[in-house]
Amino acid sequence: MRDGMLILGASHAGVLLAATLRENGWEEPITIVGEEPSPPYQRPPLSKGLIAGEVEPEDLALRSFGFFRDAEISLELGSAAVAVDPAGREVTLSDGRRLRYGCLALATGATARPAPFEGADLDGVAVLRTLSDALMLRERIAAAGEVVIVGAGYIGLELSAGLAALGGRHVTVVDCGRRILARAASATLATFVAERHRHAGTRLILGARIARLNGAGGRVTDVELADGSRIAADLVVLAIGVRRNDHLARVAGLACDDGVLVNRAGRTSDPRIVALGDCAVRHSRFADGALVRLECVQNAQDGARAAAAGLTGKPVGMEPTPWFWSDQLGLRLQTAGLTSGVDRTVQRGSREQGRFSLWHFAGPRLRAVETVNAPAEHLVARKLLQAGCPISPAEAADTRIDLGARFLRREMALSAP
Amino acid sequence: MPTIIYEQPDGIRRRVDAPEGIDLMLAAKRNGVRGIEADCGGACACATCHVYVGDGFPLPEPEPEEQAMLAEVAAERLPQSRLACQITITSALDGLVLRIPARQF
Repeated sequence: MRDGMLILGASHAGVLLAATLRENGWEEPITIVGEEPSPPYQRPPLSKGLIAGEVEPEDLALRSFGFFRDAEISLELGSAAVAVDPAGREVTLSDGRRLRYGCLALATGATARPAPFEGADLDGVAVLRTLSDALMLRERIAAAGEVVIVGAGYIGLELSAGLAALGGRHVTVVDCGRRILARAASATLATFVAERHRHAGTRLILGARIARLNGAGGRVTDVELADGSRIAADLVVLAIGVRRNDHLARVAGLACDDGVLVNRAGRTSDPRIVALGDCAVRHSRFADGALVRLECVQNAQDGARAAAAGLTGKPVGMEPTPWFWSDQLGLRLQTAGLTSGVDRTVQRGSREQGRFSLWHFAGPRLRAVETVNAPAEHLVARKLLQAGCPISPAEAADTRIDLGARFLRREMALSAP
Repeated sequence: MPTIIYEQPDGIRRRVDAPEGIDLMLAAKRNGVRGIEADCGGACACATCHVYVGDGFPLPEPEPEEQAMLAEVAAERLPQSRLACQITITSALDGLVLRIPARQF
């Protein structure tokens, strides 16, 4: 058999890479190795609709079995890669099998970060990363009365929003940061979202370090904070972020930083190996060329399209505007661009009406836009960022200006031959 | 099961037998229909499942949110433009033809 494309990782990045390679005319064999036994599934609903019972696992398929069969993409599910040998162009699986490759793609994602405190191994302590995590958590939630979520990032808050909607439980979110969403949202947006969570009945304890999780008879009973106070809990969910899975690449000697170093086309320091998705890090024009590692679906998808283009000799294209979204408590939150280096923010629309956007500037340049319940405005913002439009803070804040009509039409007129 | 017909810009058609109750985007994605990207997974957040719907089928009018998103689609917006994720499949849509635009982003 010919040595084709071997893809490690069967989630958004790996599956879209395989599909796009076939669309681009790649004729060599394609094999996807996935650690989880479940067929490839969509991850975003795990912390949203799945917990709320609005969607079921069978609704989450990324592609049907028929698709993989027809596209001749082999799935090796339930097997983990344990070693990569770039010189021998070979990957070793956990069951001892060795797979040869012509090209290798690392789409190994990230894993829930281990808790930096004692007690995380108690019964009643859960994480939310995989489908099986989510299904187990859903069962636990049905029987839980006192839920403590550790971590006020997007995953923790989507989960607490789902629990608030279910009702009937005390829900507490604890975070060591002084505000929620410290890593992923502006302070202004965080304040607005925190207010909504409190209004929904969720208790937010911020600026609090966790000393340990206490238990009795092997089951968790409470969360003890560094100041000695205790929060009763029969279910504790750890939503404290992830660790990138770049271990295989490091051991194999590929250049790594905060993840596997890649160029725009996903190429690593080995010309036969690409990396994409959560495990890859690259220079971004949306962060003044700084190294950026993103953990979102858009990044996985862009990485897949760029790598597929590079591998099949098609134009890779400019780096698209990074974006992500979250749904919680009836709020559609979307961020376009990256918020690093921001020194000025203006608001557009009305916070009271629950539909507004925050336009963040670094010096004179638009850097990022956060929208609340304004998906069309989000799309406009993405295009403005993509084109590097010279929009001023005053213009961004002026709701009398139709931004799409004024700036995008002008851009199109300028770029016309 | 209703049959939905997805037509590529080059005219090539793909017939998909789609269960009632799921949306036109999901039916396309599951079957690997090219050109329907749906980057957001169907949350009406990305406008990359743009299609041109065929005439003669009883489709619900787009909600204001979908209308606003359609103003920002990558390909030309036509009166037949819709987001596939916002239309639920019913038996009444059996035989519906969806034309896929040349680009989604």
